Amino acid sequence: MTPKPKMPFTIEPERYELTAPASYVFQSDRREFFKFLGAGLFIATAFSKAEASQESGAARRNPEDSLPQEISAWLHIGEDGTVTVFTGKVEVGQNIRTSLTQAVAEELKAPVQSIRLVMGDTQLVPFDMGTFGSRTTPIMNLQLRRVSSAARDVLLAMAAKQWNVDPARLHAEDGMIADPQTKRSLSYAQLVKGQQIAQVVPAEDPLILPTEWTIAGKALPKIDGRDFVTGKHRYPSDQQLPEMLYGKVVRPRAFNATLVSADTTEAEKLPGVIVVRDGNFLGVAAPSSATAEKAASLLRAEWKAEPQPSSKELFEYLKQNQLPRGERNDNSRFESGNVDTVLASATRQLQQTYNVNYIAHAPLEPRAALAQWSEDHLTVWTGTQRPFGVRSELATAFHLSEEKVHVMMPDTGSGYGGKHSGECAIEAARLARAAKRPVKVVWTREEEFTWAYFRPAGVIDVRSAVGGDGKITAWEFHNYNSGAAGIRTYYEVPNQRIEFHPVNSPLRQGSYRGLAATANHFAREVHMDEIAYSLKMDPLEFRINNLKEERLRAVFAEGAKKFGWAATKPANHGFGVAGGFEKLGYVATFVEVAISRSSGDIKIRRIFTAFDCGAIVNPDGLRNQVIGANIMGIGGALFEAVEFENGRVLNNLFSKYRVPRFSDIPPLDALLIDRKDQPPVGAGEAPIVGVAPAISNAIFDATGIRLRSLPLAPLLVPHGLRLS
Amino acid sequence: MGETTLQINGRQYQFAADKETPLLTVLRELLDLTGSKYGCGEGQCGSCTVLIDGKARRSCMVPVWAAAGKQITTIEGLAKGEQLHPVQQAFLEEGAMQCAFCTSGMIMSAVSLLNATRNPSEVEIQTAMQGNICRCGTYPRIVAAIRKAATLLQGAQS
Repeated sequence: MTPKPKMPFTIEPERYELTAPASYVFQSDRREFFKFLGAGLFIATAFSKAEASQESGAARRNPEDSLPQEISAWLHIGEDGTVTVFTGKVEVGQNIRTSLTQAVAEELKAPVQSIRLVMGDTQLVPFDMGTFGSRTTPIMNLQLRRVSSAARDVLLAMAAKQWNVDPARLHAEDGMIADPQTKRSLSYAQLVKGQQIAQVVPAEDPLILPTEWTIAGKALPKIDGRDFVTGKHRYPSDQQLPEMLYGKVVRPRAFNATLVSADTTEAEKLPGVIVVRDGNFLGVAAPSSATAEKAASLLRAEWKAEPQPSSKELFEYLKQNQLPRGERNDNSRFESGNVDTVLASATRQLQQTYNVNYIAHAPLEPRAALAQWSEDHLTVWTGTQRPFGVRSELATAFHLSEEKVHVMMPDTGSGYGGKHSGECAIEAARLARAAKRPVKVVWTREEEFTWAYFRPAGVIDVRSAVGGDGKITAWEFHNYNSGAAGIRTYYEVPNQRIEFHPVNSPLRQGSYRGLAATANHFAREVHMDEIAYSLKMDPLEFRINNLKEERLRAVFAEGAKKFGWAATKPANHGFGVAGGFEKLGYVATFVEVAISRSSGDIKIRRIFTAFDCGAIVNPDGLRNQVIGANIMGIGGALFEAVEFENGRVLNNLFSKYRVPRFSDIPPLDALLIDRKDQPPVGAGEAPIVGVAPAISNAIFDATGIRLRSLPLAPLLVPHGLRLS
Repeated sequence: MGETTLQINGRQYQFAADKETPLLTVLRELLDLTGSKYGCGEGQCGSCTVLIDGKARRSCMVPVWAAAGKQITTIEGLAKGEQLHPVQQAFLEEGAMQCAFCTSGMIMSAVSLLNATRNPSEVEIQTAMQGNICRCGTYPRIVAAIRKAATLLQGAQS
């Protein structure tokens, strides 16, 4: 058997993210729920048929309970009025524990304080593909609103029956059902007292309209915030069990290495140390982390690895190592009109290449897992964006059925798309099985920088033609390796060829905040700027001139007004703009830079974002996400790049890999357009896509130097410039 | 491996550990004080920040022998019973966290700054906090929280 994880990321992250779920089984029947939660009211909503194939939900195992096959969400109201809501989405800092609680409170008409979310526990929550792709708000928020709305209707009916009145005249508010005519009222707790009611109801609209929200749509501080400022919250890396050992994995010096031999004698002499060698896996478990480290250092392992490419030759390598056409996804190519004919005859055309480097997610909490076996049952606490995916990986690695694997996900120290995989969980479980005791593995920062996966690097070739009226007539766009997310242009172009070319990536790669949309927006929005300048047109006007989409036009126009795009710039200042449509959100980013002609210092003076993600669920949490995405974007735009050589990452520490710090942050502001007429969508990703191109465009505006590769800062050096 | 005694959060802890063990490891593994976080192990991210005699120190870089005989404060010891320290209160009020893994280190660095400088300037805040990474990018709110805490502390002292 092989304890090493499969690596599903090596080809195309988008394809991976869209993988359809297997048919999973709802593991607890309702009697187990009542045992776990006590008496009360248990409400589950069934999917509509159209949704049954979507990403969340689970079939029930117990046929005698005769429930419909597809359940989208469930909640429980206990005898003390506590509402427990179950979701497979997880909290990694995007504050969905808070925004989902608001959604439930709104529809159920229950106080926020009475609601508790159980998240990412594979034994208790409905199946969920994972927390990525900005899908929590458009999908899970809706499902929880529906189950809450259904539960409220059941409570109304219960009260109506008790009072023998028409439910239509009753009113739900603040955890109570009231009868305005008789002035009687009953709390939810009173209504469910002594009951063991379980109902499955269809997930139906109508829901409360955003214009009528009283709890959602408003700022609500982070749920359990106090636990985070007092250090009380236990992240995955803080989990402990009695008798627990500390695990350490021995890593090869290069990627894709094979373990040839291992001398374990010296390590095994240390008291309490267990050494495991299994295929390419070599690891130790010990009573303390210091002993585990010492034991690992005493292992004499010999590895064999082939020579591998280095970051110096990365972009040539990507162009030269495309996968054969037969192995590609047909969806990765889009064509309309006749791009070749138009390009052949166009007088105004432009051709450029744009590059992006591999970057690291570098979540502040490295991968961590605590694993415990009880006979052939495996329980794992780990930080992952895909608890059910990790359950599958564990089941595969240990040849177990999935019912024997229980994954729990304590609120985790961030992910940004970087914690989809279960390698650390598998490592802890492998060591725990050998040790016959619980084992915790926490990756070091070096391990996280090396053995996690990376945001894909890419080469993007763009060729365009434009008419004298400033309308784009042809658009050819080829992305090598970085991915297909956000690859399609939202500008109106009659003749297009857009293609993603998968590459045999030299590094393990996977999801990231905004995925390939950061790369594709960078190339597209810098190229748009180049066309505008070649036409001597205002870059903003040029964009709007080629746009029909009303909401995208709106963020450009509204943002420009607030930013002061039309204002006269001070000498040696430059303005840049970039915009886009990603994960159903519309964004426009505006940047001002200033250059000192004497010192060559370039400083970002301010970044302004206009963002429309539909009806806003929590304006405070949203602002935090938007500004946070901007700041993360600054890192990738200016200085982040994974340097590697012959299968090793060279900058595998925070002292070598620069991430944004306090001094790197310019004034940031955002215009959040609250479209109460539109359904709410996700916001964690879209606001990152415009940052890099807007900075590059602003630098061009100030200096006349066009920067077409990320990160930008190293490209300034040959021009005698530097970011300050 | 000798017996070591440490003064942490006003309590005396006795344990057996190698004298070179980083203070962070002792806190997390032996004393179950997990509020101080491991983020890098090289003093670069600030997640493990504690106060030693009132000053911010990276506990991953402090060997346990160097902490002996000093007053150590961790995030767990900052509040007085139910009453949060003004810096904790300000972080809550400003929503100055996302995943919050950096938060305890941020708070300890901020307390150290405000211990030394009652009303820090923008540059003083930046300098004092530069060693703390927030990968979620909550920096502007953290600065706002430190400003608010400075005001709260001044109010408490006047």
